[in-house]
Amino acid sequence: MSQAAGPLLEIVGVSVRFGALIAVNQVSLTIGRREIVAIIGPNGAGKTTLLNAVSGFYHPFEGTIAFEGRDRTHLSPPDVAALGIARTFQNVALFKGMSVLDNIMTGRLLKMGGSFLLEALYWGPARRQELEHRAVVERIIDFLEIQAIRKTPAGRLPYGLQKRVELARALAAEPRLLLLDEPMAGMNVEEKEDMCRFILDVNQEFGTTIALIEHDMGVVMDISDRVVVLDYGRKIADGPPAEVRGDQAVLDAYLGVAHA
Amino acid sequence: MKEVADTTSVSALDPERDTFPKLVRDNARRLADKVAIREKDLGIWQSYTWSQYFQQARLIALGLASLGFARGDRIAIVGDNRPQLYWAVMAAQALGGVPVPIYQDSIEREMEYIVDHAEARFAVVEDQEQVDKLLGVRARCRHLQHVVYEDPRGMRGYSEPGLSSLAELVELGGKFEVDHPGYFDAELARGAADDVAIICYTSGTTGAPKGAMLSHRNLIATARSAARFEGLREDEEVLSYLPMAWVGDHVFSYAQAIVTGFTINCPESAATVLADLREIAPTYFFGPPRIWESILTSVMLRVEDAAAPKRALVHFFLRLAQDIERTRLGRQAVSLWQRLAYPLGRLLVYGPLKDNLGFSRVRRAYTAGEAIGPDIFLFFRGLGINVKQLYGMTEASVFVTIQRDGDVRLDTVGTPIPGVEIRISEAGEVMFRSPGVFRGYAKNPEATQQTLEDGWIHSGDAGFLDRDGHLVIIDRAKDVSRLADGTMFAPKFIENKLKFSPYVREAVCIGQGRPCVTAFINIDLAAVGSWAERRNIAYTSYGDLAQKPAVYELIRGEVERVNASLAEDDVLRGAQVRRFLILHKELDPDDEEITRTRKVRRGYIAQKYAALIDALYSGQDRVQVEAKVTYEDGRTGTMRADVAIRDVAVQAAR
Repeated sequence: MSQAAGPLLEIVGVSVRFGALIAVNQVSLTIGRREIVAIIGPNGAGKTTLLNAVSGFYHPFEGTIAFEGRDRTHLSPPDVAALGIARTFQNVALFKGMSVLDNIMTGRLLKMGGSFLLEALYWGPARRQELEHRAVVERIIDFLEIQAIRKTPAGRLPYGLQKRVELARALAAEPRLLLLDEPMAGMNVEEKEDMCRFILDVNQEFGTTIALIEHDMGVVMDISDRVVVLDYGRKIADGPPAEVRGDQAVLDAYLGVAHA
Repeated sequence: MKEVADTTSVSALDPERDTFPKLVRDNARRLADKVAIREKDLGIWQSYTWSQYFQQARLIALGLASLGFARGDRIAIVGDNRPQLYWAVMAAQALGGVPVPIYQDSIEREMEYIVDHAEARFAVVEDQEQVDKLLGVRARCRHLQHVVYEDPRGMRGYSEPGLSSLAELVELGGKFEVDHPGYFDAELARGAADDVAIICYTSGTTGAPKGAMLSHRNLIATARSAARFEGLREDEEVLSYLPMAWVGDHVFSYAQAIVTGFTINCPESAATVLADLREIAPTYFFGPPRIWESILTSVMLRVEDAAAPKRALVHFFLRLAQDIERTRLGRQAVSLWQRLAYPLGRLLVYGPLKDNLGFSRVRRAYTAGEAIGPDIFLFFRGLGINVKQLYGMTEASVFVTIQRDGDVRLDTVGTPIPGVEIRISEAGEVMFRSPGVFRGYAKNPEATQQTLEDGWIHSGDAGFLDRDGHLVIIDRAKDVSRLADGTMFAPKFIENKLKFSPYVREAVCIGQGRPCVTAFINIDLAAVGSWAERRNIAYTSYGDLAQKPAVYELIRGEVERVNASLAEDDVLRGAQVRRFLILHKELDPDDEEITRTRKVRRGYIAQKYAALIDALYSGQDRVQVEAKVTYEDGRTGTMRADVAIRDVAVQAAR
């Protein structure tokens, strides 16, 4: 899968500990460029913790995380974002009182420069810059088909659309790696199908590498190139969907083991 | 005598300007820098001038030529209103081909019928969704070879032969031109007025679709005649939001735009039409009754959500406006106090409301396609919007009659435009003859023969000409019937009354040969849903909401209101609705219950819901129903539901 330049993300022997609890235990995992990788596992398996470690929210107490071949283990979230890693959250985290457009514009913040004064006066470079950012955002709005809600306050939208807006905001940062934490949780079948199509389209059109946590097995098997299974903080399987589906350790983790 | 002179002047065409591509070439010279099309894309209205229009269409034509497009070829056009698709229409015509627009929401099976019947070798479509359908069609239709798509999104993984993007086609066109200079101009010059310009498949309330062939002469003469009659100008702005496959859009957004040189505007997406309408504020607007109904519903919903004093104010002034308008149309004098109050209403309600809806610049607007409920008509005219009724048919290149400014009436559809002759057959059917009368149905001589008789068209509508020469349409000739006791029963008339209620989206009345009138109702999910929310009534789906006893009470009130208004009419007093039920699902064109233009297919419904009709006339108060539903991808499933039936009180004349 990965191209000559080596994997995009390389996690080696990473552990994350909260006091005595080891949430992620020596997990190693690589994600190749343009891949869609699903991370699955029972509740409490450490999926979100692993994502949080990648996005700089938690720092592993052992192991290394390398992005594009350079060690990034101990960066803070803003620095990670500046590198080109964007994410969405399990519980939608939008600015509820702001319009959809403004919410997505916040995804461009990292790319904005210029002085406070120029911004306030909306003059010269500030104006030009604003227009450029708006153009990028409009492309994303068009791509995710949310033109009709551009000016609607995010808090007034149904849940499925809020998830889509969150994806739009993550895309606005033009990430190379997109981390999606349960992008389809709480959606109905039709919304899930739409979201699947958008994820595949993002991957295809923008060449974005995607790591997602998801519980809907149908979705996982349909859209991912590779599936990684965590259980009690350990990686127990890693491979193409068809292979993982038949794996005994995975079946045991999900269905329980008969201890005879 | 004057009308005869008009006829010759519109149907005699200058050979330099006797086809649409030639007219566009003319516009590209005359109005080179005037905006021809706007499209909202990436949040901004992008403009294309007439010279760009011509240039783009020319490149598309050359690209098609490089793929082997030949004179007489049919080309399917499928998608939302996009400048590129209008250009593709002109491109095909310039090469002597015939565009065949198809409804973009058609399911694959419907598309297959038309592509196959029209023997289309080419298709130009909007996006991946349509490409998928056409590739499915191509697997079974041997004629279809090339599919061209406008929007490349999601198309990366497609490697089928004969599939290309519009950008690639235009590039091919550029290369083709280098090797064949003068090809386009020569082909353009070969076009003649009597060539078929377009085939419009009419969905029809019975049987398979029929392809009405219209020539350049039909369309140019009719579009020009109506434009003169109405005084259309170059500076009109039109919103092109109705399906391109519908002859109405073809005439307003293509034929009249080209003949007159005015500007059309393509909305950003189907979901943004109302917002785009407001931004563009068209001067010339066209909407079938269902559009007017849905705008009215959205207004009423917002009024109901307003605070009580505001609501009372709006209701007061809206009632005032309708009373004044009714008096005016009845040719009576408006009382002094009403005359004094109207300007206040304009200041407080009508002006802001019109502005908010995007109707502040409208000079003329039409409603057509179906009869419009008188109350809906009065509502918009009362606001000061010049809405007029128009009577037309695909087979007549649309225009037959229009209500002249200052001569608008509630119950007529106006007088014939210059060049149109009308007569009423002995059976009471409306017949007409005009330069716009079509060239017949493609590959269907029997249907052509039934419709076309010595140049006269059988409209299929029952109607008469009143003393002032205005045409009055009663109903579809085959739908007007009698109850068992001989009372006249015109179903659409009652249905339109029911549909004026914001809570009723669709209604089907039954009564032919029966002891009384009964009705199927489709509630309006948005309106009834918000009504239910205000009353803390929880519901899960359309089917669930429809069967709530409180909703039945709500609808019963609406039906009683309709009965009260029927009681006012001497002829129709006996045709009041006695019983009704609310259908467990919405009538849907995918299930063939209504046409894509939302005309009720009575025969099919009577057959499909025979069990429900029996229950309505058997005195039961509840019936079990099992219905086949068709999903968007064409798969079918079965739905079971319990449907309640309610009686309605008959109202006495006041």
